[in-house]
Amino acid sequence: MKKLVIAALVVSAVAATARAESREITVFAAASLREVFEDLAKTFEAKSGIKVRVNLAGSQELRMQIENGASADVFASADQKHMAALAKAKLVATPRVFARNMPVVIVPKDNPARVGSFAELSRAKKLVVGVPEVPIGSYTLEILDRTGAEFKQKVLANVASRELNVRQVLAKVTLGEADAGIVYRTDAMAGKDKVQIIEIPAKVNVIAEYPVAVLSNAPQAAAARAFVDLLFSSDGQKRLAAGGFAAP
Amino acid sequence: MLGGGLLAFLVIPVIALFVTGSPTDWLAGLRHPITAPAMLLSLVTTVLSLGVLVAFGTPLAWWLGRSEARAARLVETVVQLPIVVPPAVAGLALLLAFGRRGLLGPLLQGLNIDIAFSTIAVVLAQVFVAAPFYIQAATTAFAGIDENLLVVARTLGARPATVLFRVALPLARRGLIAGAALAWARALGEFGATLMFAGNLSGRTQTLPLAVYTALESDVRAAQALAVLLVVIALVIIIFLRPRRGRHRR
Repeated sequence: MKKLVIAALVVSAVAATARAESREITVFAAASLREVFEDLAKTFEAKSGIKVRVNLAGSQELRMQIENGASADVFASADQKHMAALAKAKLVATPRVFARNMPVVIVPKDNPARVGSFAELSRAKKLVVGVPEVPIGSYTLEILDRTGAEFKQKVLANVASRELNVRQVLAKVTLGEADAGIVYRTDAMAGKDKVQIIEIPAKVNVIAEYPVAVLSNAPQAAAARAFVDLLFSSDGQKRLAAGGFAAP
Repeated sequence: MLGGGLLAFLVIPVIALFVTGSPTDWLAGLRHPITAPAMLLSLVTTVLSLGVLVAFGTPLAWWLGRSEARAARLVETVVQLPIVVPPAVAGLALLLAFGRRGLLGPLLQGLNIDIAFSTIAVVLAQVFVAAPFYIQAATTAFAGIDENLLVVARTLGARPATVLFRVALPLARRGLIAGAALAWARALGEFGATLMFAGNLSGRTQTLPLAVYTALESDVRAAQALAVLLVVIALVIIIFLRPRRGRHRR
């Protein structure tokens, strides 16, 4: 027992020093923010000397982790719904929209199903979309709702898989396993040597708003606010634009 | 005392699954639309996987168990590979082998067979990860048969097929059943390879573990109900296996 106590004390002492030495913030970010946030994390580290750990996953997964007490400083969501739920539960401070994104259809470079336009989407016999719980999945349904019941039904009949985050949709199309998928423009740009983009007509498309907020119990609240400020700075906005995002 | 700590660590999460929900919650969860198709699909695919494993794995294990050849030892090692390969890696490997653009893709497309995102993909993923469990147990069981019994049977005029079905299989029965049960449990729990290779579509490729993962994002009760169900099945298998293992030791 005595040994155990000593061991526990040693472990906690080591952990405490480690915490004091390395200042680090944890950023929970929607999967579609991968490239831009990895880039922004480096910029932030170079400027402030504070390390940024980016945890990327579907927004709904990140929200669930935060609801279950995951320790994080910043949350950037791919839709308002999940952020609003956290704001309502007072788990985050006031969210602000820092970027916009738009869903597009992607097909493999050689376009095996010969989908030439959004109207021909039902030609894709293997369509991969997001599950309705992940933002891209609910946007997909919203878009199809606006196209009319018949088209929606024809398209949904060809769904081969409902993936749990947008990057999995991209992966299935990049691998050539799916004839088409619906992802954000930014994801399409991240995989642009392997996929072709087909625009979704503006009158049926939705615009995804990306809100960001500092968590109410952020271990590094000041540094977290500085990271959020970087997103809104002209440098941050320039990098977001380079990744395919539109300004808020 | 340290052992007790580990034991508590292993048991507490399982207890938590049960005590943090009420039977009413579980019933509501089991009525969730995601549940029934996933249960049916898991049942159908695991039975198919087990059938494939027993049909193809038993002859292979017979050879592995009875052969003295160097090649047999090499094959035994190769067969163990899926145990140590992470499921996500298995899924990617299957996709790169049997997917449309995969190694065998052109051949399969020529035959008009499309595997990825189909129920067949679910079965293939399950067979891949569960195979070592059955083959290993069956190999050990066959290796443990007294050679003399087989020789005697043959000198008494039994044909090789009769020796196999009337002597060898009954003698190895316990090992075979234990291996099949473990393999079935592993197939039932298969997640990573399925998600990658077969995708996630209710009624076609969404098995129970995938349903747990998907439900967690909309209805925790349903996820927990499915989790409880899977744990109960696992407990039944372990209890079913335990006394047999005891007898082996003697």
